[in-house]
Amino acid sequence: MLDSDIWYSFCRSPVTIASALLTILFFIGALFAPYVAPFNPFDLASIDIMDASLPPFWQEGGSTKFWLGTDDQGRDMWSTIIFGARVSLFVGFASVIFSIIMGVGLGLVSGYVGGRLDALIMRIADIQLSFPAILIALLIDGVARSVLPRSMHEEVAFYVLIFAIGISGWVQYARTVRGSTLVEKNKEYVQAARVIGIGPAIILLRHILPNVMGPVLVIATIHLAIAVITEATLSFLGVGVPPTTPSLGTLIRVGNDYLFSGEWWITIFPGIALVLLVLAINLLGDWLRDALNPKLR
Amino acid sequence: MITFIIQRILQSVLVMLTVALIAFGLFRYVGDPINNMVGQDTSTEERAELRERLGLNDAFLVQFGRFAINAAQGEFGFSYQHRRPVSDLIVERLPATLELSLVSAILALFIGIPMGVYTAIRRNGAVSHAFMTLSLIGISLPTFLIGILLILFFGVILRWLPTFGRGDVVEIGGWTTGFLTASGLKSLIMPAITLALFQMTLIMRLVRAEMLEVLRTDFVKFGRARGLPDRYVHFVTALKNTLVPVITITGLQLGSIIAFAIITESVFQWPGMGLLFIQAIGEVDIPVMAAYLVLIAFFFVVINLVVDVLYYVVDPRLRVDRADSGGH
Repeated sequence: MLDSDIWYSFCRSPVTIASALLTILFFIGALFAPYVAPFNPFDLASIDIMDASLPPFWQEGGSTKFWLGTDDQGRDMWSTIIFGARVSLFVGFASVIFSIIMGVGLGLVSGYVGGRLDALIMRIADIQLSFPAILIALLIDGVARSVLPRSMHEEVAFYVLIFAIGISGWVQYARTVRGSTLVEKNKEYVQAARVIGIGPAIILLRHILPNVMGPVLVIATIHLAIAVITEATLSFLGVGVPPTTPSLGTLIRVGNDYLFSGEWWITIFPGIALVLLVLAINLLGDWLRDALNPKLR
Repeated sequence: MITFIIQRILQSVLVMLTVALIAFGLFRYVGDPINNMVGQDTSTEERAELRERLGLNDAFLVQFGRFAINAAQGEFGFSYQHRRPVSDLIVERLPATLELSLVSAILALFIGIPMGVYTAIRRNGAVSHAFMTLSLIGISLPTFLIGILLILFFGVILRWLPTFGRGDVVEIGGWTTGFLTASGLKSLIMPAITLALFQMTLIMRLVRAEMLEVLRTDFVKFGRARGLPDRYVHFVTALKNTLVPVITITGLQLGSIIAFAIITESVFQWPGMGLLFIQAIGEVDIPVMAAYLVLIAFFFVVINLVVDVLYYVVDPRLRVDRADSGGH
């Protein structure tokens, strides 16, 4: 896939290079958070309550030790943001993978089997598409939470959240994959495979799947940005990840309470981090879509 | 035509039944409804009697049927948390959400469409590029963050606008409105902008894309060749032809606005249905959750149905497509 055309278009676009760099930085920070962050915000021994609510270093009372300031418990904002981005990206990736497995699977089956099953799956997809994804995620998340006993919330919050965001995003994949499958299944290589007696499951997974994955990657890039926003929104509303492992959305929610007492940095810095992350992924996704679209070349 | 409408209505009914089933399942099987109604000192016999009287021992379908009929009449029982009928709570909160959504929709339309037209006509102008960049940022900014930023600037730093609630409201025949008082209008500004911004960028991008498409068509070129003034070509010939999809999407966005109101209401503590729902999740107030589920699904189903039928009436080309693919 990385043929010279794409590489050329990448090098020609400074915005894309910048957003790719930013995305990579976020990924490195998220993967190696314990080594990259100057403090561990969850290590109670390293937190001093005397450092609570320090402003960023350029304001009066701030210090360069905590260059983005500290929150109400004396945790370094920079470190909590790195750890928060880690949680946000983890939930985002997990939800996207969930959506891909569900959507691609249903799309393959729908396109290959056809008939009633196809009509049923696509009708459900149509109906789901008429509701905004974030509403579906919120409703599933809210309902699942009330079904589960309160004591289990902290343990299962992650799974519930990933499930809710994942379910809300499968339709796009299913529709695209179904379309490509309809085209592929009549090609000679599939017919040849069928003639020599290979079962439908093997044909789908080994022969058709690799040929329909291209567009899926493009959708996945933009979907990652949406998943991160959805996670942040749910966490902001208080139905997302538990406060013990805060994501960027949880940090913004917590910081929001201090906005009125003038401690703006507790909420604004995680907010900026979230916007930069989403913007970078969006720009990258936009570029990828255009670069892989032969019509626009 | 008739078959299409009947088919769509059947589908809508099916969706509503599914949602009602989920709501009923929640209502009936999460926790024990009896425990939530009576105190600690109620004896087992009294509980059993109440159970029998409320029909909780009836067959599943009978219970579900009763729930669905009650729901259709707007009866969802008592809120566990507020100890009041859910229908009262909803009626009380509905005006706040609808007023907010209406103002946001108007804002989004009346700013979004002109911006879209402008960016399509002056495709390579500096202002167009600025609009497009802004719209990308608008899409990347989560709704709640826009709200927080507005609160920070206009509420905390400048102290111009109130940061929470609806201000003073006037009651007219059971409908509370914030349109008639200065504080009500001032309170409305920030939530409405927050809610409108995302839809605005969406409408702008849509109008732009449609407009660019139409400007390339033969009849526009022909209009130019005939020597019609640019203004006429742009605003009469082209714009008129872009509006059909725009009206459809705007109609569908109305549902989105009501859904996104949950977030905005939560940021601004706006006393609408969305805030009621979020608080109900926190308190596991099942009757309220069930009612909200059914209500929001109803809004969406009705809006979708109306838009679909309208679209079908307006655009004759679709009739052929629909007959082929059996739905869009």
